Amino acid sequence: MAHAAQPLKRPLWTPGVLVMLVFMFAGAVAIIARFTGGIGYVTNLTNARPWGIWVGIDVATGVALAAGGFTTAALAHIFGRHYYEPVTRPALLTAVLGYTFVVIGLLVDIGRSWAIWKPMFYWNFNSVLFEVAMCVMIYLTVLYIEFLPIVAEQFKGRVNLPGILSGLNRLVDGFLQTADRILGKVMWVFIILGVVLSCMHQSSLGSLMLVAPTKLHPLWYTPILPLLFLTSAIAVGYPMVVFETTLTTASFKLDSEVKILAPLTKITIFLLGFYMVLKIGDMVMRGTWIYLLDGTYQTNSFLAELLFGVMIPWIMLLFKRVRQSARGVFTAAALIVGGVVLNRVNVFIVGYRSPLTESGYFPAPSEILVTLGLIATLMFIYRVVVTYLPVLQAPKEVSS
Amino acid sequence: MQITRRRFFRVMGAAGASVAVRPPAGHAWQSKAPPDPFGCLVDLTRCVGCRKCEEACAEVNGLPEPERVNCQCTIFEKDRRPDHDAYTVVNRYYTGKVDEFDKPVPTFAKVQCMHCQDPACVSACIVGALTKDETGAVRYDVTKCIGCRYCMVACPFEIPAYEYFDPITPKVMKCTFCYDRISKQGGVPGCATICPTEAITFGRRSTLLEVANKRLKENPAHYLPHIYGEKEVGGTSWMYLSGVPFEQVNLPALPETPSPKLSETVQHSLFTYLWSPILLFGVLGGLMAWFNKNDNPPDKGGV
Repeated sequence: MAHAAQPLKRPLWTPGVLVMLVFMFAGAVAIIARFTGGIGYVTNLTNARPWGIWVGIDVATGVALAAGGFTTAALAHIFGRHYYEPVTRPALLTAVLGYTFVVIGLLVDIGRSWAIWKPMFYWNFNSVLFEVAMCVMIYLTVLYIEFLPIVAEQFKGRVNLPGILSGLNRLVDGFLQTADRILGKVMWVFIILGVVLSCMHQSSLGSLMLVAPTKLHPLWYTPILPLLFLTSAIAVGYPMVVFETTLTTASFKLDSEVKILAPLTKITIFLLGFYMVLKIGDMVMRGTWIYLLDGTYQTNSFLAELLFGVMIPWIMLLFKRVRQSARGVFTAAALIVGGVVLNRVNVFIVGYRSPLTESGYFPAPSEILVTLGLIATLMFIYRVVVTYLPVLQAPKEVSS
Repeated sequence: MQITRRRFFRVMGAAGASVAVRPPAGHAWQSKAPPDPFGCLVDLTRCVGCRKCEEACAEVNGLPEPERVNCQCTIFEKDRRPDHDAYTVVNRYYTGKVDEFDKPVPTFAKVQCMHCQDPACVSACIVGALTKDETGAVRYDVTKCIGCRYCMVACPFEIPAYEYFDPITPKVMKCTFCYDRISKQGGVPGCATICPTEAITFGRRSTLLEVANKRLKENPAHYLPHIYGEKEVGGTSWMYLSGVPFEQVNLPALPETPSPKLSETVQHSLFTYLWSPILLFGVLGGLMAWFNKNDNPPDKGGV
């Protein structure tokens, strides 16, 4: 390979990182408040509005935006397009971190955090949430297994733990050696498993609201909600890779990956187009377009989702000039990512109508701080990992 | 990452076999409702808003005494919902009905868990902490609950409440149908025992439907010809008769389809015996073997 992934070895404590630390600290304070005063103390949730941004953004959106992990793995490893391998590692890292933080977000959101293991023993096969939980749990394990070789590559044969931990050096090294040797042979199982599990729970996340037919606005409540969630997750996979790779390469002043990213957007035209046909077709078939010009904040939010998150970026990508400019590709990708974020927020928050009580929900400041804190922590760990582990393509001039 | 032909076919063979033995997917959804559960019939034309039921409920279930127990006046100025302190509340509604002196006539309506025949909360609960009992009661087992509040999202009547200010061990709070009483011979829920105007009738659901139909037939001018809860979301154990439209007393208009029908049908037709994931695994494995057959294994691991 021309230039392999390498640790970046850049100074970690930049001003940007310090800003992240401030958010992490504020989020930590809000989390402490949640575990001392209760969920009601830090959120605007009520009996009529049991789920807020912790479910809508931290969990539902987090899962959708981690889709770059399985879509790039499918492309590069299953469909044999090795050309795209340079972006699989950062996408995998995003997925690992994304799902880890989905679980942490859930720990904050569920009332009995210490009981989070219970679904492993009490099974309700009728519950969509049960299926989601099982898949997310297994998939998280698969992601860690997929990531292990990257750790092995860096530390194998030179494990050097500090202080009293140094006694474990031999043991850890043995583990990495063995894991690396075995995983190389069976990794294909985990790669396929990762794609299968992702398809299962991405769609099931959409099924979550099917049990509440009278509560979700008809513009979003449709029997094909699971299919829409799956296709939108697949469609957002590559734009998310484009989005974060562009941000990373710009932030670290690395070589632009636009050569690899541009063809990804061509695939996106097809994937996003398929989602758009489904979404608009569903609206026409069910006749829900009659709500479109209601002027309520719900229908406006739907229009914004469809126009800015799907139609405009799709049209943009049709033009070769857009696809060939780093800025154009990034803008379209950002719109698609924003569209999927808005879609998840719409389904879980904006489109949710409590049947009897007026519940204009807007997240409380500490609710927002927890979410921002989690995102900042995720970005911080991403930075730490790419600094010390071989994830990104190092710039050519530094590579030895 | 390498995948030899022989290993591939072995795995695919196993996958294929498991797909072959699966029964036809997507068999019709069936109601899991108990055949003849207990229920309660609430006759809103009889309720005088004395709130004795609230008091009895609090006592039987060890809840705090209702707000302003003996006040039948100012308490009705706000529209209340059941919450973590009260499993049932009575509200007052002015629906435009007037008496012979043109004075507005109030309608009082008690709300509590409807104990649906096919409850959305029971279907939704990730750990099965909520169950529909043979008696008709929808029961809550706090030892399984993880506090995800999906039951509250699912409930079409907006009933389950949450102890939002308990940081570590919050519970879902809702009417228990006084399970400990009705599961014993001759037991009656606290609210039904105490009601001075017999606005609440307790009995077998089938009997209650007869009683309700009889009242509708004998006094058609007094009632709307609709037993609320007979068919709503597939039927509920608690049912209502009223002289004013149900929506005006905060009983929502609901479809006759049980809420869990669609989600359970989708889930079960996709995932029974895990046929679709196994099939997908097989197809992807096949594609992987095909696309990578000429490649030397790329750099091992480190996807």
